Amino acid sequence: MKEVAGQSPNYLLAKFQDLVNWAVNSSRANSLWPMPFGTACCAIEFMATAASRYDFARFGMERQAFSPRQADVLICAGRLPFKLAPVIRRIYDQMPQPKWVISMGACASTGGIFDNYAMVQGIDTIVPVDVYVPGCPPRPEGLLYGVLLLHKKIKGESLFDAERRRDEQPLDDKGLRLPPETIDEISEPFGNSVHQFRSA
Amino acid sequence: MNPTAPALQATFGTAIGRTAVARDGETVVYVAPDRLLDVMRWLRETPGQEYDYLVDVTAVEYRDRERPLEVVYFVRSLARRADLRVKVELDPAAELSVDSVWDLWHGADWLEREVYDMFGVAFRGHPDLRRILMWETYAEGYPLRKDFPLRGRFSRAEQVRQALNANPEAHYSLEELSIADGFAELPAEMRERLRRGERGNVPDSP
Repeated sequence: MKEVAGQSPNYLLAKFQDLVNWAVNSSRANSLWPMPFGTACCAIEFMATAASRYDFARFGMERQAFSPRQADVLICAGRLPFKLAPVIRRIYDQMPQPKWVISMGACASTGGIFDNYAMVQGIDTIVPVDVYVPGCPPRPEGLLYGVLLLHKKIKGESLFDAERRRDEQPLDDKGLRLPPETIDEISEPFGNSVHQFRSA
Repeated sequence: MNPTAPALQATFGTAIGRTAVARDGETVVYVAPDRLLDVMRWLRETPGQEYDYLVDVTAVEYRDRERPLEVVYFVRSLARRADLRVKVELDPAAELSVDSVWDLWHGADWLEREVYDMFGVAFRGHPDLRRILMWETYAEGYPLRKDFPLRGRFSRAEQVRQALNANPEAHYSLEELSIADGFAELPAEMRERLRRGERGNVPDSP
């Protein structure tokens, strides 16, 4: 700090940004309040992660918020049927900024084995996703690793960079988050299910 | 063979088609669709039969397109500990409709709605025939029919669009939410939303 006196104020400002980013981001990362959206077996693993043996309170997620208004990370644990798509979208919209989303398990991330008429093929067609945790279901270690990756991501964010600032990502006039072509593309069947066909 | 089957044949004659014993030992009786209500009422109300409990209503469509679609009723007599399956055969090429047994067993309400939702069988006389599993504006057809493609008829983008544009509060009628009685005490804004019909029909305010 000795050099500071003779330098231009810009240099000071830059360090101030780093200080603020460090202070704010580590506070955010180390006290995430998860909003669990558990719909299937992944939710059981999620509960195991929350319980004493794995205990994600060790990573600052002491308080599970069962209300979106007091949450900043949405954890979708389990498959998401189309009937629940507007529900999870509304929960996401109700969460205050800044907010992050963890897609837990194969079904939430891609539709998993449920490549059928009733299931959303990946929740990233509905809400923006920060971390995908693979597995069917993922073990608690897997979810904790995803949480730690999210910590890393949050700590890399900047409060001052307008381009990197998180925006609301609202739905467009068709009510979609992504262009229709993109949704069709990322919903393409894969694995064994490619042998099925769409039209009757 | 459940002794109810020959008793039915003696009472209703040609309205009873073939009878059979299923692999699990239960008796299956095929009934002509136009006599279904009479047969069910007889089963429920005749002393000595007393099938007072409707366990399930479901439907079967066979892979063989020649075979009719079957609506299956599982009835049980709690007092006599007897079970019976009643089947109605419908021509899948014609309009799929059969009389509702809601008058006999009110428990048939949601069971028949499910069959309607998944197979498209219309139950005549049902008080509230709406979809129950899929959302009410679902437009792709009846998912458990054999001609229904596994991934649905619309593109994934269209499915996502329709799902996101659905009103998540529109799936339940006032009666289901049991707030009809407390309608007058609701906040004015919610009353207005209900009056617009977003959640179903609103009773006239007193």
